[in-house]
Amino acid sequence: MTPTEAVEPLLARLAGGLQPYLERRPIMVGIHTGGVWVAERLHRRLALPEPLGTLDISFYRDDFTRAGLNPEVRGSQLPVPVADRHILLVDDVLHTGRTIRAALNEIFDYGRPASVVLAVLVERDGRELPIQADVVGRHMDLGPHQHVKLLGPEDLRLAILEDAV
Amino acid sequence: MTAPDLQLDADGRLKHLLTIEGLPRELLVQILDTAASFITLAEKEIKKAPLLRGKTVVNLFFETSTRTRTTFEIAAKRLAADVINLNPQHASTRKGETLLDTIHNLEAMHTDLFVVRHPNSGAAFLIAGHVPPHVHIINAGDGRHAHPTQAMLDMFTIRAHKGDFGALRVAIVGDLLHSRVARSQIHALTTLGAGEVRVIAPKTLLPVGVERLGVHPYHDMRAGLEDVDVIIMLRLQRERMHGAFIPSAQEFFNLYGLTPDKLARAKPDAIVMHPGPMNRGLEIDSAVADGPQSVILPQVTYGIAVRMAVMALVMGGSPLPPRRPRRAALKEGGA
Repeated sequence: MTPTEAVEPLLARLAGGLQPYLERRPIMVGIHTGGVWVAERLHRRLALPEPLGTLDISFYRDDFTRAGLNPEVRGSQLPVPVADRHILLVDDVLHTGRTIRAALNEIFDYGRPASVVLAVLVERDGRELPIQADVVGRHMDLGPHQHVKLLGPEDLRLAILEDAV
Repeated sequence: MTAPDLQLDADGRLKHLLTIEGLPRELLVQILDTAASFITLAEKEIKKAPLLRGKTVVNLFFETSTRTRTTFEIAAKRLAADVINLNPQHASTRKGETLLDTIHNLEAMHTDLFVVRHPNSGAAFLIAGHVPPHVHIINAGDGRHAHPTQAMLDMFTIRAHKGDFGALRVAIVGDLLHSRVARSQIHALTTLGAGEVRVIAPKTLLPVGVERLGVHPYHDMRAGLEDVDVIIMLRLQRERMHGAFIPSAQEFFNLYGLTPDKLARAKPDAIVMHPGPMNRGLEIDSAVADGPQSVILPQVTYGIAVRMAVMALVMGGSPLPPRRPRRAALKEGGA
């Protein structure tokens, strides 16, 4: 990987992978923060007719009692009712699966969707729940002290960060 | 131990909410911002943000209340907590049980959060000093002392309708002497940097030395309302008056009741607030209470989101660990 990796090719792959789902007139929903950046680009590229939704999963996190409330809650905006609709859920990185678990719970509190498809820019190793992506920009195997981070919001690039020991 | 010491943990996070006095501005802003994020909940089919799932909240009201208790109950339920409502003036305390005994018994039932209203100033403070660290206290009104969640929902209302506090002239009108709401509002407004805070009341209903709190006292309501952006009316607390505080109800209404002609002294887009319950025809005219400048009902709605925010903040665990410094292995470009 180059120092930081541009995400254009990954977005192109995601857009291609999502083609089969488009005839169901899906609602695209990005997860704050990186997932929204990715979703905005995909939404534009695919020219989806329905407005983009955003999810802030702060109120559904499983570590609230331990970690407290995220100091920057942005709130969720789902402009179109999700009941009986097909959802394209978009995030930047799929790692443990806990964010997606929380996002699914939140979506179901808005209504019962017909289906949910998960699209992620990067899927990495380290799953802690039985959650997998349907459409993937690229796969990465990283060490336990490594993190992949999407830098944005303007020029989106991927960077690998390491915990200082 | 002072109230701020008791309210905040070693990392400056809110552990109990007992009074606004002494809380830092950032914390008040955090409460308002968190409440704003709960407002969108009303759009959901299932109006839940299940942060307190499995937690037990006891609403312990030694004084009667409908609005405050109900909004606390709805707030706790929207956070998915289990809620129990108790009005101990009808039960054990009548049999001689002390306040702390009541609390310790409820603690033994694994309560996580107490919302306490009590006729004695300092009751919530006393309880907070005697509960184990995992139990949290929210003051829902203690005597004449404080009613912090009411003040915060008023701040939320002002911010939602008027924006930046620095540009605002706010008048609090009526029975300030008996009002725990007014005391909390004054602390909140001065902490949030309101441009000017005026208090308007007859001498008998203004606490001595109120100007030391950073407010400008007025006895003439028309002069006091000149060019204000926000008017907060207080309830005349006749149940707490044991003496001649006002000459007569009619006289009080003539001098300090908010009528359309007195309201005309304020800015044309001024908002009118009241913590409820209103005494129509005593401190406020129905034409104003139900008029276009009244935000009295939105206040009630915002109260749910603000109480959710306070509950979520006091119940949230230890602070998010400060981000460990990470070495960007590959750093170039990007943000």
